[in-house]
Amino acid sequence: MSLLELKNVYKIYGELHALDDVSLKVEKGEWVSIMGPSGSGKSTMMNIIGCMDKPTKGEVLLDGVDISKESSKSLTTIRRDKIGLIFQQFHLVNYLTAVENVMLAQYYHSIPDEKEALEALERVGLAGRAKHLPSQLSGGEQQRVCVARALINYPEIILADEPTGNLDEANEEIVVDLFHKLHDDGTTLIVVTHDPEVAEVAQRRLVLRNGKIAKEVVNEHFTGKIRFND
Amino acid sequence: MKKRRMFIRMITASLMRRRSRMVVALLSIAIGATILSGLVSIYYDVPRQLGAEFRNYGANMILTGTDGRFTGADVEAGKGQIPASELVGAAPYRYENVRIRENPVVAAGTDPEGAKAASPYWLIDDGEWLKSSGELLLGAKVADSFRLKVGERIEVSFTPESEKLKAADNEAVNDNVKEFTVVGILKTGGTEEEYAYMTYGDLEELTGVKDVFDAAELSVSAASDKLKDYAARINASAPGVHASLVKRVTASETTVLSKLQALVLLVTIVVLALTMICVATTMTAVVAERRKEIGLRKAIGASDGSIIKEFMGESMLLGLLGGVIGSVLGYVFAQQVSVRVFSSSISFRPLLVPITIIVSIVVTGLSSLMPIKSATEVDPALVLKGE
Repeated sequence: MSLLELKNVYKIYGELHALDDVSLKVEKGEWVSIMGPSGSGKSTMMNIIGCMDKPTKGEVLLDGVDISKESSKSLTTIRRDKIGLIFQQFHLVNYLTAVENVMLAQYYHSIPDEKEALEALERVGLAGRAKHLPSQLSGGEQQRVCVARALINYPEIILADEPTGNLDEANEEIVVDLFHKLHDDGTTLIVVTHDPEVAEVAQRRLVLRNGKIAKEVVNEHFTGKIRFND
Repeated sequence: MKKRRMFIRMITASLMRRRSRMVVALLSIAIGATILSGLVSIYYDVPRQLGAEFRNYGANMILTGTDGRFTGADVEAGKGQIPASELVGAAPYRYENVRIRENPVVAAGTDPEGAKAASPYWLIDDGEWLKSSGELLLGAKVADSFRLKVGERIEVSFTPESEKLKAADNEAVNDNVKEFTVVGILKTGGTEEEYAYMTYGDLEELTGVKDVFDAAELSVSAASDKLKDYAARINASAPGVHASLVKRVTASETTVLSKLQALVLLVTIVVLALTMICVATTMTAVVAERRKEIGLRKAIGASDGSIIKEFMGESMLLGLLGGVIGSVLGYVFAQQVSVRVFSSSISFRPLLVPITIIVSIVVTGLSSLMPIKSATEVDPALVLKGE
């Protein structure tokens, strides 16, 4: 059974078909990137996979559960327990320190554990910046805090929305490297990006156009430990 | 770490690290709490303050004999029912018909100090207040009719009962006569100007009859209900006297007091309403400003209940801080008003501190309800749209 499966999914706003009969399978431990121009349906797809929106038609199976039929309350629970989110603009709470931002995800999930949060920051190379406020961190550092927050609850899927969109080349490399590590640890990654370099390092690349999957490319030269095709 | 500790850490961080934002909300709550605490202090202190002011207008309770005249013991029994701290002054009076230069005059024997305390509005037009034996304080009308001036010595005569029969039979009458010095002329604008005041001892000596009184005027610093209660107690426990209230004084005191208290209450309600509007507006702005943060919290798994709890926690912490500041400043405010308006200090009411804090927390919580409800309506998807 696939970890995530979209079956003939539609999202229709009036006349506009933001998603038009999309079917997709993502296996456990797979790293998939989604590309496409503005208005191609990337955000709509992210919202649906991230349990923040429901399709107009079709089924979305996450770990065997059809999330398109769940109430918004259970979608919150699924989002909290199974999904880790990484955002283009980091979205750190500006009055909480780096470690507190990581603990925030623990707070909503289960019980905050400062030691564990510090370990997560150490994994992203920010152990020394734990007590800093977001305003005292660089863009790359903020994105790494965002990654630490996303992985703290051991989610089934990490969903990243333009994770390198606001980063310079050096920080982009650090974040991609982190994705490699997460993937090596068995985390499922879905990354929406405009950046071909970031998209190409994934195992599989989907290109959306006008709400449909226009192209699907498997990365034959994937260098990670886990290979979907293996 | 317990969830509660993280909760407290979050809400204190939100207030402490966003000081410039929260200071406006805190100011409005603190000002509201200050005025609330101050006005409530004044509300409860006004009866005491005004009571003291009203005591300048004279006695508010009169004792009369239940069966004609009464004794000093009856007066003491009546006074005993009123706490010493509330009894501003007590003046027993005995009235007798005497003669000055063979013309009839009503003499009033009293305790000079008691009369002064019970009737502070009496104006000594010339001379000074009656102090001791041999002195006479003349009502202005009496002084006018006899053309008497301060410092003059005059004889006052009294015909005892035994001698009155002789007078009826046209026999020679032996009057009791005593010489007095006029020490002052009394002006009140009332019937008091028609009397000649002397010490009670002098009137006893002049009449030869001891320990009888016609009336006693009491000035009591108490509100209308309490006064009625004291009067009832005197009537029940002092059989020789009957206590009644001076309606003219007590009724006007009650009217002024109730109007003033209603005004204070109204202002308090208006201030509370304004505080609520101000807090609600600030909280609405805070929620609008933090839409992204709310969206993020929801995106990473916060339920509506968690969002409500966190924002309510912040509001209540603001309410607590505002209440603490308000109860301190409120006392200072009430003290200033009291000193400037009534020229006396206000008593500190410890109970008002927790009440101000609780009201402040409740008012802040209530005013934040609508803005917080709107916070739960924020769509978590907005954080994915790169807004």
